[in-house]
Amino acid sequence: MQAFEYASPRSLQEAIRLLPAQWGPTDVLAGGTDLVSAMKDGISTPQRLVNIKQIAELHRMTFSPRAGLHIGATVTLRELLDDGAVQQHYPGLIQAAEAARSEQLLNMGTVGGELLQRPRCWYYRNGYGLLALRDGKSLVPEGENQYHAILGNAGPAYFVSPSFLAPILIALGATVQLHGPRGARSLPVQKLFVTPTRVGQREHDLAPNEILTEIRVPYRPGVRTAVYEIREKEALDWPLAMAAVALRQEGGVLRDPRVVLGQVAPVPWPSPEAERTLTGKKPSEDLADAAGRAAVAQATPLSKNGYKVQLARIAVKRAILSAVQQGG
Amino acid sequence: MASCKYDWPAAGQRDAIGKSTDRIDGPAKVSGRAKYTYDINRPGMLFGKMLTCPHAHAKIKSIDVSPALKHPGVKAALVIQDVGSEIQWAGDEIAAVAAVDEATAEDAVRLIRVEYDVLPHLVREENLSKDGDRAKPAGEQKVGDPDKAFADPEAVISEGFYGIPVITHCCLETHGNVVEWRGADSILTHSSTQNVSGIPSQLGAALRAKKINVQDSNIETICQYIGGGFGSKFSIDRWGVVAAELSKQAGGKPVKLMLDRDEDLEVAGARPSYFGHVKVAASKDGTLTAWSSETWGTGGPGPSGVPPVPYILTNIPNIYKKHTSVSTNIGPARAWRAPNHPQACLMTLAALDDLAAKLAMDAMEFLQKNIHLAPSYLVNTYQQELSKAAELSEWSKYWHPRGDKTPGHLKRGLGVSLHTWGGRGHAGSCNVIVRPDGSVTVQSGTQDLGTGTRTVIAVVAASTFGLPVDAIQVEIGDSRYPFDGASGGSTTVGAASAWTRRGSVDALNELFAAVAPSLGVQANQLEARDGRIQVQGNPSKSLSWKDACAKLGAKTIHTVGKNPGPCNLGSVGVGGVQVADVTVDTETGKVKINRLVAVQDCGLIIDKLTAESQVYGGLIMGVCYSLFEEKVMDQTIGRMLNANMEFYKLAGIGDIGGELIVHMMTGPGYDERGVIGLGEPPVISPGAAISNAVANAIGVRVSQLPLTPRRVLAALAKGGIA
Ligand SMILES: Cc1cc2nc3c(=O)[nH]c(=O)nc-3n(C[C@H](O)[C@H](O)[C@H](O)COP(=O)(O)OP(=O)(O)OC[C@H]3O[C@@H](n4cnc5c(N)ncnc54)[C@H](O)[C@@H]3O)c2cc1C
Ligand code: SF4
Repeated sequence: MQAFEYASPRSLQEAIRLLPAQWGPTDVLAGGTDLVSAMKDGISTPQRLVNIKQIAELHRMTFSPRAGLHIGATVTLRELLDDGAVQQHYPGLIQAAEAARSEQLLNMGTVGGELLQRPRCWYYRNGYGLLALRDGKSLVPEGENQYHAILGNAGPAYFVSPSFLAPILIALGATVQLHGPRGARSLPVQKLFVTPTRVGQREHDLAPNEILTEIRVPYRPGVRTAVYEIREKEALDWPLAMAAVALRQEGGVLRDPRVVLGQVAPVPWPSPEAERTLTGKKPSEDLADAAGRAAVAQATPLSKNGYKVQLARIAVKRAILSAVQQGG
Repeated sequence: MASCKYDWPAAGQRDAIGKSTDRIDGPAKVSGRAKYTYDINRPGMLFGKMLTCPHAHAKIKSIDVSPALKHPGVKAALVIQDVGSEIQWAGDEIAAVAAVDEATAEDAVRLIRVEYDVLPHLVREENLSKDGDRAKPAGEQKVGDPDKAFADPEAVISEGFYGIPVITHCCLETHGNVVEWRGADSILTHSSTQNVSGIPSQLGAALRAKKINVQDSNIETICQYIGGGFGSKFSIDRWGVVAAELSKQAGGKPVKLMLDRDEDLEVAGARPSYFGHVKVAASKDGTLTAWSSETWGTGGPGPSGVPPVPYILTNIPNIYKKHTSVSTNIGPARAWRAPNHPQACLMTLAALDDLAAKLAMDAMEFLQKNIHLAPSYLVNTYQQELSKAAELSEWSKYWHPRGDKTPGHLKRGLGVSLHTWGGRGHAGSCNVIVRPDGSVTVQSGTQDLGTGTRTVIAVVAASTFGLPVDAIQVEIGDSRYPFDGASGGSTTVGAASAWTRRGSVDALNELFAAVAPSLGVQANQLEARDGRIQVQGNPSKSLSWKDACAKLGAKTIHTVGKNPGPCNLGSVGVGGVQVADVTVDTETGKVKINRLVAVQDCGLIIDKLTAESQVYGGLIMGVCYSLFEEKVMDQTIGRMLNANMEFYKLAGIGDIGGELIVHMMTGPGYDERGVIGLGEPPVISPGAAISNAVANAIGVRVSQLPLTPRRVLAALAKGGIA
C-alpha cells in the first residue's frame, strides 16, 4: 500500500473542503472494509484519506412515522440491524443487511459505504479498470464472465452492482442526501447508480468532492417487503442474484408492487415488467413465477453466465412469495 | 503372545493407546501462545518482498534492481532470474529486496525495472482439442481384450465425461521463512514447513550452488507450528534461498519473507486437473467386465502425474487406458493430500455409479458385488466398511433409484465412494531421555502439521512407561533433534509411534536394570504400571516411578528410537468408505450437504480423538473441493483471477451443513496390523460420494466438480427430473 496523508475532520464543511474536485488523489474513508483492501491491492492509490467517522451528524439514526427512517451515512450495518424501529418497520432492510455474514463487516461497514462500495468484478480487482479493458478491448465477453451482468450489459460495462441494500432501498422509495461545496442535493437511490460508458467515469452519481450524508426511507405502513438472494456459499460470499420486493395487498390483489434485482446488472435493476405482471392480480405461485419470467425476459447472458438468468428469475419469484406470506 | 520386545501391548493393556486424548498443544494454540512462522519477529528483522512476473510466459530482456537498492530503508536487493531466463507462469519470482519494514520493501520492489519478451501461453486445458502441441502422451495401457468385452452384445455399457479442475492448496498460513545468519558460517531458519529435518540440506545445497559456503550441519531449522501444508511445504523453495541471500547481503540480519495471499494462491500449490471420457461395461447381473478411459490433465509446465484408474477395482479383467499430459503456464503442481487419488476416485467411482444406475442396481449392492476386483488384502475391509456405511447412513431407508420423485424443487440423494492409501511410517528417529528426577523427554526433528504428532508421541511414551500422558515432555520441530522424515504420504504417525515405542522400551529396560537389585529380582521380571515399577503380578513389591528413577543416581538414560526397526509396529494400505447425503434445489442448482458418513480403517489407533479429527478435516476439505474450489485462469491475460479468499471459495461452517458421522474400524482384524497413516485417505472420497449423491438426487450426472449452481443447472437443462 502506498503511503498517504490522513485527515479526520469533525465537521462536514471541513471534510468537503479537504476533498478535491477530481477522483484519484483523495478518498473518503468510512468503515474502510472495501477501500482499504482496494488500497492494499493497488486499485485505489489515494494520497489522502478523509475519515468521516468523527463527524457526529453523519452517525445519527432517527425514525418517526411522519419523516420515516433517516440513516446517517456512517451508521454501521450492525447498528442498523440492532435498531428497534428498523426491526419493527423495515424487515426487508434487516434481511438485506443480514446477508453480510461476517461480524467484522457488520461492525465496521457503514450504510453509506455499502451503497458506495466498488464492484467486485475480478478484472477490475486485478487492475484492469472498471471496464476491464486490455488494449482497448473488454476482457469480459470472451473471458471468465460467470459472475458478470446479464442485464444492462450491452457494454462497455459488464460488472454487477455489488450493493445488497440498494435494491430494497429502491423498492421502498428511499432517497440519499449528498453534500458538496455548493450545498446539498437529494437523489432517489436509483439515481445514485449509473452505468459508466467511458473510461474514467464512475458507477455512482457522486462528485469527487461530495459526501453522502444520509439515507431517507419513507414509512409506508401496510407495505410488505422481502429480499431473496442466491449465493454459492452460505458463508461470506457474493450473491449470484438477488431480488427485493415491496408491495401491498388490497382486497385480495397486489397494489404498487416494486421489484428490484441486484447483482445482475451494472446498476440495481428495477423491473417494471415484473411490476406490471403483479399489479392488480391475486397473489399465487403461478403469478410469482410469471413475474420472475417477466423480470428476466430481456436478459442477454454472456458466454458463461446463462445460469444467472434462471437464478434471477427464481430470486424474484421467491421474494414475491415471501413478501406475500408476511404479515403487515 | 508378545514374541518381539517392542510389540504393541495386547488389547486391555494399552493404557492411553486407542483412547481419546486431547491434543497436548491445544491450549497453546487456542490461547495464541503457539507461534507460527508468520508470528516470528526477530530483533533487527528486515522484511523481504519479491517482484513477480506479470506474464504467463515470457523471456527476461533486461532487469535493473539498482533503483530499489538506492531507496532509503532498503538493505539488500537481488536478481532471482536474470536476463535470458524463460518464465513459465505468472507470479514467478524475478527479483527481491529486504527493507526495514514491509511498506518500504513494497515501494522498493516497484522501483525495479524489468523488460520482457512476451511469449504465447496456455492456461486453460479442459478442452483437449484446443491444447495443440502442449498435449503430450503420458502413457497407454491395455489389459485383457477390452474391445471384445465392449463388443459383447450382452454387455451393459455406460459412457460419460468427468472432470475435476486445478485447485490450490490455500494454506491459511502462507509459505515462507524467517532466515538469519549467525556469524559468517551458520544459519537459523524459521520455516513454515512439513520437512523440518530436510530443510538444512536443501538450503545448504542451494546456497553452495550459488558459491555461498555453508555446511548443512551449521543450518538449523525451526518450525513449532504450521498453518497448513497439505503437501505444498516440503521444500525450502526459491523464496527461502532468497531470504538467506538477502540476509547475507544485509550483514546477517533476519529477513522475514512470507508470501502474500495472492502469491501463495498463484504459485505455491496446485493440484493437477483431470478430465476424461470413461466407458465401463458389466454383464447383466452387474459384474464388471471392462474399463476404458481417455484422460488428460495439467500439472503446470511439468508433467501432470497419472491418476491410478480404474481406482480400487484394479482387477477388472479388460482395461484400456490412455493419459495425456498438457503442459500449461499456470504455476507448478505440488503434492496435494493423497496425490492423484481424489482425481482417480472421482473418475472411477462416478463412472461406476453411472453404470450401476444404467443396470438399475443399488449403488451399494453394485460395489459389494464387484469388490472382489479390489486388491485382495482390502476386500474384507471394504465388505465390512460398506455394510457399516450402509447402516450408519440408513442407506436402505434413504437411497432410491436415480432421480428423487418427490414433488417440489428439493431433491434428496445418497452417494457412495471408496478409497485406499498406503501410509507406512517413514524413516526417522528420536531421543528418549529419562532423568533421575523422573522427568521424561522425547525429542525428534519431526513436525506436527496439526495432525496430532506431539500427542501421539506422548501417548506412546506414556503408555510404555505406565505414566500419565502429561508426564511426557515432547520436543519436536527443530532440525537439531534426531532426524525424521518429511510429513507427507501419511507417513508420520507410523514413524513417530514406532520410534517412540522402540526408544521408550529400550529406556524402560535400562531403568529396570537399575532398579532390579533393590527389588531383589531380575530386570526381566519387572513391569511399568500406573506410575510404578513393580514385580510382574506383585504390586506390593514396587517403587514409584520417581523413586525408581532416583536409583539412576547421577546417570541419565538416553536411548535412540528408530524406524524402521525390529518388530512389526505398523503396516501399509488402508481402506475407507464414505456416503454423502445431499439435497439439491433444482431451481437454483444449489447443493446442500445433509450428512456425510465416513468409515475408515487405519490399523491400530494411537489417539482416537485426533484420528477422528483427521477424518472430519478430510470431509470438510472434501466439501470445499466438491462444491467450491477452482483455480480460475483467464486465457487472454494468462493469470489467475481469484487469487484471494473472496473468490477462491472455501466452505464456512454453514456450508458443511448437516451431520458428519465418523466411524473408525478397530479391534480384531485391524489392531494387529499396527499403526498406519490417516492424513490423506479421508479426503479422497468426498468428491465422488457427493457427486454420486447429487446424481442420485436429480437423476443426471453433473460431469465436473465443483458442483456449483452453474454446473448443476447446466446438467439439469440436459436432463434429470426437474
Ligand atoms: C470480502 C467482502 C465480502 C463482503 N460481503 C458482503 C456481503 O455478503 N453482504 C454485504 O452486504 N456486503 C458485503 N460486503 C460489503 C460491505 O458491506 C461493504 O464493504 C461495506 O458496507 C462498505 O462500507 P465501509 O463503510 O467499510 O466503506 P469504505 O470501504 O469505507 O468505503 C467504500 C467506498 O465508498 C466511499 N464512501 C464511503 N462512505 C462514503 C460517504 N459517506 N460519502 C462518499 N463516499 C463514501 C469510499 O470512498 C469508498 O470508495 C463485503 C465486503 C468485502 C470486502
Ligand atoms: S481470514 Fe479473515 S479473520 Fe481470518 S486471518 Fe484472514 S482476515 Fe483475519
